[in-house]
Amino acid sequence: MDAPAASPPATGAPAPHDATQRPGEAAARRAAEAAARLSYGRLVAILAAPTRDVAAAEDALAEAFAAALRVWPVTGVPDRPEAWLVTAARRTLGHGRRADAVRERARSAVALAYEEAAAREADGLPDRRLELLFVCAHPAIDPAARAPLMLQCVLGLDAARIAGAFLVSEAAMAKRLVRAKARIRDAGIAFERPDADDLAARVGDVLSAVYAAYSAAWEMADGASAVAPDLAAEALWLARLVAALMPGEPEALGLLSLLLYCEARRPARRDDAGRFVPLAEQDTRLWVREMVVEAEGLLAAAARCRRFGRFQCEAAIQSVHCHRATTGDTDWPAILRLYDLLLAREPSLGAMVARAAALSSSGDADGALAALRAVGPATVERYQPYWATLADVLARRGERRAAEEARARAARLARDDAVRAFLCARCGT
Amino acid sequence: MQYMMLFPEPEEKFAERTDTANADAYWAAWMGFIGEMREAGIVVNGAALQGAHAATTIRVRDGQRAVQDGPFADAKEQLGGFVIIEVPGLDEAIRWAEKAPCARYAAVELRPVLPPSGGG
Repeated sequence: MDAPAASPPATGAPAPHDATQRPGEAAARRAAEAAARLSYGRLVAILAAPTRDVAAAEDALAEAFAAALRVWPVTGVPDRPEAWLVTAARRTLGHGRRADAVRERARSAVALAYEEAAAREADGLPDRRLELLFVCAHPAIDPAARAPLMLQCVLGLDAARIAGAFLVSEAAMAKRLVRAKARIRDAGIAFERPDADDLAARVGDVLSAVYAAYSAAWEMADGASAVAPDLAAEALWLARLVAALMPGEPEALGLLSLLLYCEARRPARRDDAGRFVPLAEQDTRLWVREMVVEAEGLLAAAARCRRFGRFQCEAAIQSVHCHRATTGDTDWPAILRLYDLLLAREPSLGAMVARAAALSSSGDADGALAALRAVGPATVERYQPYWATLADVLARRGERRAAEEARARAARLARDDAVRAFLCARCGT
Repeated sequence: MQYMMLFPEPEEKFAERTDTANADAYWAAWMGFIGEMREAGIVVNGAALQGAHAATTIRVRDGQRAVQDGPFADAKEQLGGFVIIEVPGLDEAIRWAEKAPCARYAAVELRPVLPPSGGG
């Protein structure tokens, strides 16, 4: 399967362009960068699968890229750059393996047979990215490590970029990734598609990790740096990859659809002065029409599979929100029905609070308050959307003081300066 | 790949081994589980262990040997036995571990065995 065309990810591969390069060097650098952009995850997956050693595969690949930049300017860019890189990296890994008897024993007969078959393959290299995604989201991997693993191993992002999104220091994130890769290698997590019995749950884990990556990027202080939109684009690219690798899986289509609806609205989330604009007040002309159209198509395709799923349901909710661009109105009853459906099948704190917000926006402030009160107090301590929604509901009911307290709490918990400023501006009104 | 399955059990389960009312059921559950793994041909080694009351812990500090009555870790659950299995990978090991009786009232730990160093 070809890599999806949209938003190719940036990687940690070749260094920036140097004006004093010879033409051969420039061509080599372009070819290497293209291979890195489009194929990083594929190459890592192929190299790591036999030994389950992702870290060694990444190191060997980095060396192969370095070799390419030395050799290709002299010999010319090869017809199949990826195959060249894999061969070079395998040589490095081979040296490592002869010295390491432990890893030698990890290679089962099946893995050896696979390698021989791969070497014989005339057309292109096998795509083992799906197996790599399942490995990153394996139940035995710490849930907090799954999304970062995907961003690093499939997209080649470095720990510094990933760390900011997940609210940890670069050192802590690097440590988390090292531990997770050591676990993959030592605990014996296989590079295989799960059995039919496990498949639904495992697919859910992969999609949840991709969604976690997108959510982390969404919540980043977008005023702070240019990193946040890029990271969101990376997560979107992962979602495209998963949908391309599992085209018959409605939840994969549902997740991609959901992310497209959200990304489509990005241009409207901030006004020209960088101030936060809530969904209800966004200028729908700023929503990216092509993305909405693509999202609608994906949701329809998913629905044809006739299997309910959490991401399809959330995408459907976003679809209703996006219809405001056409009708000028939000169909709150439809949104509420969808939240009821979602909560009945896959309850979550986020969905409960979002449903309460929908009740409030549709005019049922009493119902909204009851729904919020039904959530356990311990769980909402640090959950910002709960307090923001509560503030809104209390304000609608005329409970000024309580609303201000809730709003202040939401402002304190806000990660984004623009959101905080928005909430504070509403205090005292 | 080889994994050791460790079977921690609470005090009351150890007591069932010799208690006339519960002993048959206790041993039948374990024998059934071990038997299934033997039939699948995956068992390398294994044994049930005497309870923590029979454990002795030895420490040597500054050249002095200290012998202590009891297990080395003071925990509510103590090791009741172990099995070493040979399976393709972690997913298979997990599937077998799920069937252990103690998975339901305590836990099963899976630890990969370090292959012997040296040799072919």
